[in-house]
Amino acid sequence: MRKALLAASAAVLLAAGPAVAQQKTIKIGFVSTFSGPTAGIGNDMRNSFELALDHMGRKMGGIPVEVIYEDDGLKPDVGKQKTEKLIESDKVDFISGYIWSNVMLASLKPIVDSKTFLVIANAGPSQIAGELCSSTVFSTSWNNDQTPQAMGLYMNQKGVKSVFLIGPNYAAGKDMLAGVASTFKGKVIGQELTTWPSQLDFSAELAKAKASGAEAVFVFYPGAAGVQFLNQYAAAGLKGTIPLFTAFTIDELSLPLQKENAIGVTGAQEWVNDLPNEANKKFVADYRKKYTGLRPTFYGAQSYDAAQLINSAVVATKGDLSDKTKLQKAMEKADFKSVRGGFKFGNNHVPIQNFYLQDVVKDADGQLSLKTVATIVKDNQDQHHDKCPMK
Amino acid sequence: MTLFIEQCLNGLQFGLLLFLLAAGLTLVFGIMDLVNLAHGSLYMIGAYFAATFAAWTGSFVLGAVLALAATLLVGMAVEVIVMRRLYGRDHIDHVLATFGLILFFDEAVRLIWGPAGLSLSLPPWLSQPVQILPGMNYSAYRLAVIVVTLAVAGFLYVLVMRTRIGMLIRAGASNREMVGALGVNIKLLYTLVFGLGAALAGLAGLMQAPILTVQIGMGENILILAFVITVIGGIGSIRGALVAALLVGFIDTLGRAFFPDILRMLLSKEAAATAAPALSSMLIYLLMAVVLVVKPEGLFSAGNK
Repeated sequence: MRKALLAASAAVLLAAGPAVAQQKTIKIGFVSTFSGPTAGIGNDMRNSFELALDHMGRKMGGIPVEVIYEDDGLKPDVGKQKTEKLIESDKVDFISGYIWSNVMLASLKPIVDSKTFLVIANAGPSQIAGELCSSTVFSTSWNNDQTPQAMGLYMNQKGVKSVFLIGPNYAAGKDMLAGVASTFKGKVIGQELTTWPSQLDFSAELAKAKASGAEAVFVFYPGAAGVQFLNQYAAAGLKGTIPLFTAFTIDELSLPLQKENAIGVTGAQEWVNDLPNEANKKFVADYRKKYTGLRPTFYGAQSYDAAQLINSAVVATKGDLSDKTKLQKAMEKADFKSVRGGFKFGNNHVPIQNFYLQDVVKDADGQLSLKTVATIVKDNQDQHHDKCPMK
Repeated sequence: MTLFIEQCLNGLQFGLLLFLLAAGLTLVFGIMDLVNLAHGSLYMIGAYFAATFAAWTGSFVLGAVLALAATLLVGMAVEVIVMRRLYGRDHIDHVLATFGLILFFDEAVRLIWGPAGLSLSLPPWLSQPVQILPGMNYSAYRLAVIVVTLAVAGFLYVLVMRTRIGMLIRAGASNREMVGALGVNIKLLYTLVFGLGAALAGLAGLMQAPILTVQIGMGENILILAFVITVIGGIGSIRGALVAALLVGFIDTLGRAFFPDILRMLLSKEAAATAAPALSSMLIYLLMAVVLVVKPEGLFSAGNK
């Protein structure tokens, strides 16, 4: 009896042997917001990530992929819990997603401590580009201040002399307003930070912007707050009298609700749906085919690239994820066809990329859509990269 | 100067809106001696109904009217099904049961409308700015909210001070047992009062819906303010609720508008920008603390509680 047991154990061990060296599945955890008024963003990211997997045949380097989606509910503490769960109990190989900078910052430590590879698909807190950068942390989005910096440059081009800044009081809001102030050559007349995410009534701030006599208003309100802001901007009678410049306030999710209030309001973005490259055309066309009635946003484009980045590294290492240095090197190469054309990382694993000016126009179907107007800045690298110890 | 007037109007609008919520809360608390934490859920239900009915009928006003009626019915149903079992029991039972109702309503909304939330668009005639003074434009919708809430406040005044039902409501707020002993159908009165409170909460919710988004849990944040108003104004007093709601509305809006500038004079720009939103949202609670110290029963106490 004892002998039989030993033999059976040996057989089990033998059978298990090869599986240890070779991954059975690639497990990816994806943290985003799937409930509340910004659930649309999380769904768009999930849709795009799923589309990327479809395009890969749901395999990376011949190994099946399993994705576990978790909802952070827009709360840093919930995001951290979900992240810890993915690392400790699901034992994921990669972790991706993250819309919000404050959720990302709260979740960063368990990821870095466990040396799990992280691909941030949206959030871009300046700390992660600078002193908190890490060998296993990558971004397929941007650093928070890059997009508003591009907007500041554009306002200089337009000859704007003074601006009033409005944004939410959390990590990204502060980064955004600091970003626009760093490149804008005119005068920043006033600045308002509002309670995030609970405050959706901007009457007091809009009245102050109006009274300040500023030539222009710059605003950053992602998701549902952007809808409320733009609609209240129009209702307060500011639209048409004070030009509005934005970052991350108008996208394909908010546009159907902002409607004509968004016409003529420009924004800066690293990806626009009409960027003329093959990967992007395929992404946008297949997305609209698979998810009828929906259009991909920049959140989705970044998630699509996140899946592609992970895939490129798994393929390059032939599915052997045990050697972290090798995997890191493969990730740094970023050998994939990005939907924004080229893709390369800086020393801090944040992309060096172009930023475009986008405007709202009526497209061929008579629907409002976003369109690239100009390239504001080429091969832009974030200003925090020299604070990152990785060289 | 126009800035100050505009901020005052914003404060007035917010204060009146809070009054609708607080009036229902204070009536239910004062007359039925019932702590209703689920009052915010009725506010949320009102907003969801309005968004749904407006989409069905294609008309904002018609949607709002239907939503108001529907919230009234939901309120009366909640009273008959749940609240009746709670009268005369300990306040902690009320808190537990109505907290359960919050969870129930949140989950029911999630099942019916999904987790993403809705949006309620305004008709063009309400989304335009109107000129109220030379050189000063103000949102037509906010102006409409002020007018509607003032009308409702007037209606409540007449109802409570000039009608028989109002007399019973006032009597109930002062001494419930005596009203029952005098042969008044207290059951029916309770159902009516609870339904009225629900309808007021629903009205607040549906009027706030186009300014904010219709979402799960939207009632919880504002309910805290409604409780603060009830405490400041005095439990069971509609007049107290009106005064306290206006106070809170003005302090909140003017605080948000002018407090950061005052703080900027005292602190560095960086620190002021970060601290101001946090501190200005604390002002209301400071007011409540002061009122509790000076006049613990509230500014206008309704009776012998």
